[in-house]
Amino acid sequence: MTRNNSIVAGLDWMSIILFVVIALFGWLNIYGAGYTFEQTSMFDLGNRAGKQLLWFGIACFLGIAVLFIEGRTYEVTAYIIYAVWLLVLLATPLLAHNTKGSMSWIDLGPLKFQPAELSKMITALALAKYMGRYDYKVRSWRDLVTPVVLLAVPAAIIMVWQRETGSALVYASFLLMFYRMGMSGYVLTGGLSFALLFICSIRFDAIALPFGVGSVGVLLCYLLLTIVVLCFVLFEEGDLKHALIMAGIVTGLYGGGWLLTLWYPTNFNLLSLCVLVAMIVYHAVLVIYRRHFAQLLVTVYVAVALLFCQACTIVFEKVLQPHQRTRIEVLLGLKDDPTGAGYNVNQSLIAIGSGQFTGKGFLKGTQTKLRFVPEQDTDFIFCTVGEEWGFVGSAILLILYCIFIVHLITIAERQRDTFSMIYAYCVAGIFLFHLTINIGMVLGLLPVIGIPLPFFSYGGSSMISFTLLLFVLLRLDAERLNKMR
Amino acid sequence: MTNDPFYRRNYIIRGTVILIVLLFIVRLFWLQVIDQSQKEKADNNALLRQVVYPSRGLVYDRNGELLVFNQPIYEVTLILREMKQGFDTVAFCRCLNIDSTEFAERMAQIKDKRRNRGFSTYTPQIFMSQLSKQDVASLRETSYKYSGMGIRKRTLRGYNYPYAAHILGSVGEVSQSDLDRDSYYQAGDYAGRDGMERTYEQRLRGEKGVEVIMRDSRGRIQGSYHDGEEDVEAIAGKDLHLTLDIRLQAVAEQLLNGKVGSAVAIEPSTGEILALASSPTWNPEILVGKQRSEQYSRLLADEGKPLLNRATQAMYPPGSTFKTIQSVVCLQEGGITPNTMYPCSGPGSTPIKCTHHHGSPVALLGAIEQSCNPYFWCAFRDMLQKEGYGNDNEVFRKRYNLWREDVMKFGLGAKFDHTDISEQSTGTIPSEKLFNRTYGQKGWKAITIRSLSIGQGEILATPLQLANQAATLANRGYYITPHINRELTDDPQLRHETGMKAEWFELTAEGMHRVMTNGTGRWNNIDSLQMCGKTGTAQNPHGKDHAIFIGFAPMDNPKIAVAVIVENAGFGATWAAPVASLMMEQYLTDTIKRKPLFNKIANAHFTTAHDTKQ
Repeated sequence: MTRNNSIVAGLDWMSIILFVVIALFGWLNIYGAGYTFEQTSMFDLGNRAGKQLLWFGIACFLGIAVLFIEGRTYEVTAYIIYAVWLLVLLATPLLAHNTKGSMSWIDLGPLKFQPAELSKMITALALAKYMGRYDYKVRSWRDLVTPVVLLAVPAAIIMVWQRETGSALVYASFLLMFYRMGMSGYVLTGGLSFALLFICSIRFDAIALPFGVGSVGVLLCYLLLTIVVLCFVLFEEGDLKHALIMAGIVTGLYGGGWLLTLWYPTNFNLLSLCVLVAMIVYHAVLVIYRRHFAQLLVTVYVAVALLFCQACTIVFEKVLQPHQRTRIEVLLGLKDDPTGAGYNVNQSLIAIGSGQFTGKGFLKGTQTKLRFVPEQDTDFIFCTVGEEWGFVGSAILLILYCIFIVHLITIAERQRDTFSMIYAYCVAGIFLFHLTINIGMVLGLLPVIGIPLPFFSYGGSSMISFTLLLFVLLRLDAERLNKMR
Repeated sequence: MTNDPFYRRNYIIRGTVILIVLLFIVRLFWLQVIDQSQKEKADNNALLRQVVYPSRGLVYDRNGELLVFNQPIYEVTLILREMKQGFDTVAFCRCLNIDSTEFAERMAQIKDKRRNRGFSTYTPQIFMSQLSKQDVASLRETSYKYSGMGIRKRTLRGYNYPYAAHILGSVGEVSQSDLDRDSYYQAGDYAGRDGMERTYEQRLRGEKGVEVIMRDSRGRIQGSYHDGEEDVEAIAGKDLHLTLDIRLQAVAEQLLNGKVGSAVAIEPSTGEILALASSPTWNPEILVGKQRSEQYSRLLADEGKPLLNRATQAMYPPGSTFKTIQSVVCLQEGGITPNTMYPCSGPGSTPIKCTHHHGSPVALLGAIEQSCNPYFWCAFRDMLQKEGYGNDNEVFRKRYNLWREDVMKFGLGAKFDHTDISEQSTGTIPSEKLFNRTYGQKGWKAITIRSLSIGQGEILATPLQLANQAATLANRGYYITPHINRELTDDPQLRHETGMKAEWFELTAEGMHRVMTNGTGRWNNIDSLQMCGKTGTAQNPHGKDHAIFIGFAPMDNPKIAVAVIVENAGFGATWAAPVASLMMEQYLTDTIKRKPLFNKIANAHFTTAHDTKQ
């Protein structure tokens, strides 16, 4: 009894209230999205809103049940559950039927269940267990291999075997936890620069230079890498003198190439590659002179980046599914297609835009009612909020999410053992990732990747998974006071 | 956690979260408050992609006769929201010939979300479908009385002839499995369900187009988007030219009327199927439109099993018609020579009886002419035993396999590859394994499998395979896989050589010619057409024997090869031969002069099962 009392006393009521408020607001909007002016009850199990309420009830029940399980249980069983769940993920496509190309849904009677949803939590627990060891160092390469494998295996299964790219991308959210636990900032900036290289090489690849010979994309990539090298010399090594000399050489070479076009069509792709190699060699000579070999990191980075640029086009054309390719092309402005792949986003923007400052009012939206927006109660549910509740409603919802996630970080920071802290950061990362990708997609800022808005989108599978994710954290958090003794 | 060197990073993370949300809020503010263009778009032009259905490919016979075409049907749609502005329900019901109860029922159906998932009061909902032009004519005239009503046109299949139902197949609403398999389809689309409509679905269906139209926020259609620049035109399906001769098909079906069985005719030199009839059958028209599902269940429940395509799916022992193959194979493998003679003592012969007394001993030509069972038993035996039995029966079994391979070169015992005929049965030419299993490796000899010599026992073939066998004999040693699309004819993959001497075929053809002049076919011969044939009577353990006939004509440079089976009719000479003979006459002379014979056969009924055509 005393133990349970202490659990209730230590429970984080703020998260629970935010969870309930967001879920109920989501339920109202699912009702709104499915409403066709004549529908009857919000509680009718025949419609989506009624079902969502049922899922919410089940999720709450499971969440409360989870509160009664001792936190140590997760730590002890993390690997076993992880291994079992990998088998479930592997078996899923064999049992699943094809849902719009994805093989990730299993029919369990009335509930269509997506094991990939729950695997995020299970992976987080396994990561937390592995990285929670007292002698664990995130900066050591050897210690990094296992966590990366732990998260890459389920991600790969989901992406390749279940063909559910959206759910697989969520595994990138663990970067947040890695960063907080001390992973080098270079990894994040490096990752960001790779994304930039990818965009450059895809977006501008087919565009020829207005002068000389070559493609804009290739030139941009090489130029970007050259600038990275210069920045490294300037900021990381603090070597102003050599940075200036290098910048001078770069400008000189490019200027020379430019002048040459007056008589002869210069191949700028070749030129920019030569410039890049020249800078790398120059830098290497500096390094050898200074005997500060750690600085060769940038050389390795450039080499990998060059390979990456070459691989980009191949990946884009061969590995990505056609519909994913189209989505990226539309987002990058390579294709203008208001009725095809851009249709969802276009309609979504119209629906949100038409909401204006205060919205059209509950159940009064027309864009979503007329089914202009596909997936209007799942991935595009935010449209209904935008249309019916206007800027005020949507901003409030976003602020609620913001408070929720920042509060999760507060919870994470007050943990006394590494296991709970790592798990808490994983949870925060997952929620942040879902929020960013989903809202970014609906607002036309990111490509269309179908992942749900936590607690908000219609769906039993995601509602239950997110709730469990949160409530396991709440139990771990409630126990933190006991850990003092 | 106090000595955490990375503690400050939590501020960076919190900052990032707040920054992201802030960015979203700025974007929202831009979309919803500053930029008014989205609002205008929402007010004026919501895009709607409306499917434009292509017209389905037409189907012609080999002479360019149109067999299958498209006929328009109409759907009446209602926009519920607009009906409030004035709707004369009484007049509406009168035009459609329904009463107010049915009207109420149909309205309830439209509103039932479980059955009508795309329900909206703003968009057109189908009230009644599959109406003819006449049905909607009066509605059109008085359309001002019904606000919110629309009339949409779609197409259904129409048939010029009541024949060839099995080959043509039918078009119906796509099944769930089609929807899952091919993203081209949407619920409610039509697609080929069976026969060549299904085989050639991809080619016949064409490609749907899209018309992008704008609607206001009330769902009312405002016009086309970008002046139709975004529209994609529908591509009509390609036409199909079949190898069928519809007049021959008609004759075949009329002759089989009231009987259970099938008749298949092939042009030997091309493998083109001229006619493929299976009885009982139905008029393809009954599977079109509103009545489709009701009629389909009726056919499914019919005890005569009309839906079974007997010509390609039913298997029968070939009986005496198999002696034609035996003749070629035994000559080829050296079991007999053209001059080998065997004695026959008529019904008293052992181990196989002959059906009647005839001159004895007989050589090959006489044996074919008289359909002498003892002759073919002896030829079969001598062919198999030619090199003795060997250790453990080994040599004999090798000879048997040689015989089996030869027989299968006539297209028996296997489905035809690379053809467009779906739903074939394999047939059986028993394998060595089968006999080894039953009798043990050493336990079977020529005498054990003697029934095979006269086409009984374990041998089974479909009528299509028998017709192909006739074509192989007509071609003196090769066949082109039978098919129904004329475009396939030139495919070199379809040609199959038996690799046996033309001389043996010539001799067998001579024998088959003598069947028609002096033998069991003589009552159905037309001298000028140089008919060749072989009758058969397949023993049927379940009832009366099946009548079988295979043949071709003319003897030199044959134009048509035929196989006919009439179930439970008795002698092949009496019931199957006249059908084949009349079909040859029809095809070769384009008319039937033997009207009394035609009428006698066409009016004979062997089945109590009612004919579905009436």
